[in-house]
Amino acid sequence: MPMSIWEYANPKKFMQTSSAVLPWVAGLTVICLVVGLVWGFFFTPDDFRQGSTVKIIYVHVPSAMMAINVWVMMLVTSLIWIIRRHHVSVLAAKAAAPIGATMTVIALFTGAIWGQPMWGTWWEWDPRLTSFLILFLFYLGYIALWSAIENSDTAADLTSILCLVGSVFAVLSRYAAQFWNQGLHQGATLSLDKEENISDVFYYPLLFCLAGFVLLFVTLLLIRTRTEIRSRRLKALRLRERMA
Amino acid sequence: MELVVKNVACARGSLRVIEGVSFTLRAGEALVLRGPNGIGKTTLLRTIAGLQPALEGQIELPEDAVAYAGHADGLKGPLSVAQNLTFWASIYGTRGIECALEAFDMTALLDRQAQDLSAGQKRRLGLARMEVTGRPIWILDEPTVSLDAANTALFAAMVARHLDAGGIALMATHIELGLEAKVLDLTPFKARDDAPEPFLDGGFL
Amino acid sequence: MRALLFRDLALAVKAGGGFGLSLAFFLIVVVLVPFGVGPDTGVLREVATGVLWVGALLACLLSLDRIFQLDYEDGSLDLLVTSPLPLEGLVAVKALAHWLTTGLPLTLVAPILGVLLNLDPSGFGWIVASLALGTPALSMIGTFGAALTVGLKRGGLLLSLLVLPLYVPTLIFGAETVRRAVDGFDNTTPLLMLSGITLGTLAILPFAAAAAIRINLR
Repeated sequence: MPMSIWEYANPKKFMQTSSAVLPWVAGLTVICLVVGLVWGFFFTPDDFRQGSTVKIIYVHVPSAMMAINVWVMMLVTSLIWIIRRHHVSVLAAKAAAPIGATMTVIALFTGAIWGQPMWGTWWEWDPRLTSFLILFLFYLGYIALWSAIENSDTAADLTSILCLVGSVFAVLSRYAAQFWNQGLHQGATLSLDKEENISDVFYYPLLFCLAGFVLLFVTLLLIRTRTEIRSRRLKALRLRERMA
Repeated sequence: MELVVKNVACARGSLRVIEGVSFTLRAGEALVLRGPNGIGKTTLLRTIAGLQPALEGQIELPEDAVAYAGHADGLKGPLSVAQNLTFWASIYGTRGIECALEAFDMTALLDRQAQDLSAGQKRRLGLARMEVTGRPIWILDEPTVSLDAANTALFAAMVARHLDAGGIALMATHIELGLEAKVLDLTPFKARDDAPEPFLDGGFL
Repeated sequence: MRALLFRDLALAVKAGGGFGLSLAFFLIVVVLVPFGVGPDTGVLREVATGVLWVGALLACLLSLDRIFQLDYEDGSLDLLVTSPLPLEGLVAVKALAHWLTTGLPLTLVAPILGVLLNLDPSGFGWIVASLALGTPALSMIGTFGAALTVGLKRGGLLLSLLVLPLYVPTLIFGAETVRRAVDGFDNTTPLLMLSGITLGTLAILPFAAAAAIRINLR
């Protein structure tokens, strides 16, 4: 039988593989986060302008990055559901939504804590902050729609449509917010253009934190998707029992 | 003109209810579906009407040929009887609601608001709608609910006229209409297998 | 199509159709704002554009759950779906009917309410223009939200939660069009963006909404 990525779309196969992979991913997550955060918090110099406040970057930037990436991942898995109707795919999207929402909240909170000493205000209607707030609303809507619909396949279809349409509007909102207020937020912390990046002392621990957050997401996603699959199986078994 | 149903299985919610249903109806033929509550009569009718996809099998019928009448009559209370019918006539691009009104003896109720009709009168108006669709294949779900004997006879006469004109009628009903109709009991087609749920694939917990 | 539009308009205007509720709501919101922010005409002038846009948006939201819910409950949605009308066309007609009974009247009364809020004289024309351009998008997005929640028993609150984030770009560009004009800046960009959003939603969302209805009916 040829190996194919779609094999993991079978719940059984997914459960087997994920249970084998999970401890390794979880272990790696802990290592990356401990190294990155300890290095970043205790072994980097204070910024000459921002002082020690700058260290919140090690939570703020990774969580902000994940907040967006989780939505992109949900968009991809929703598309896979619409096109190929793999149940695990859409359940992964469902499982990812609360994680993404939490990441968004973390990004907003750490942003507020960072912004207070820097800009002298907890909240500013800066385009980036505003876009994240709007993104959070999108997550809320998505989660609410899932929980409101009884039939799982109907819920999967409708939330996937919402995710698709929502993505278009999320991008639009981003540009609208940018247009609406030019903002205080500093430029992107990381970009492929090395000239603009922060200096290496801050950069390397940040890389560990970024990897740690990605791995943390994968770990949580695997756990949550496994839970979703089990609850679907439970539902199916109950249904069969009632039928018999 | 033919309605061909081949080996169809359909689901209600996430439950597979019936499978392996096959029948063919030619012009002028009628089929009555029988079977206990919950067997899947409504589900099958909705599937054939195109409201939901079949899990398996094929349904072959000419394009734009079906008119469907479900449990609810789809009437708008604030509109009059005539307005309700005229609306459906223009949706289906047909003219003249008189013969539909006469079929159910509703000419006197022409200007009455639909919300002031009795349950039986509403049903009659809902069934009269079939007449104005001008479509050859009628799919009727429990059409005689809340009709009295006289009106059931009027309904049977309407269906008979439809069949004589080369139409097809497919309905779920328990009442003997006195029509020359085939009868299909769905009980033997109750789905034996479980839903094709990937989550019932055993042994992965 | 035309028959459906006329039927929906007739039903909206008849007793219990809810026509006029949105307008009354809009009026009340605008009247309440000065009680909240104080009677200073300078302050009111500053917020007038935003209040008019937000008020119109909320008033629009109020009647969204009626778009498909009544048809779903009385069974006519099933019958319409099996009728010769293409479902995408049906959705577009529903959105049009919603706009004619909500968006259009809101647009027309906005300048009158603008007087209450001491809107800058140069803003009157622009508030009408921006609402006329933007409210069709609000109706269309709302129709999409209504299609998503049509099968739900109490979809009203959920509908607001789904639709409001989608309203953000329309609101920003709509209000910005007026604000820039009032402040004496060039407002071509937001005006074009607003028109673009309206045209884009009208082109794409009927398909998404039709898909959602098909899923909800099966």
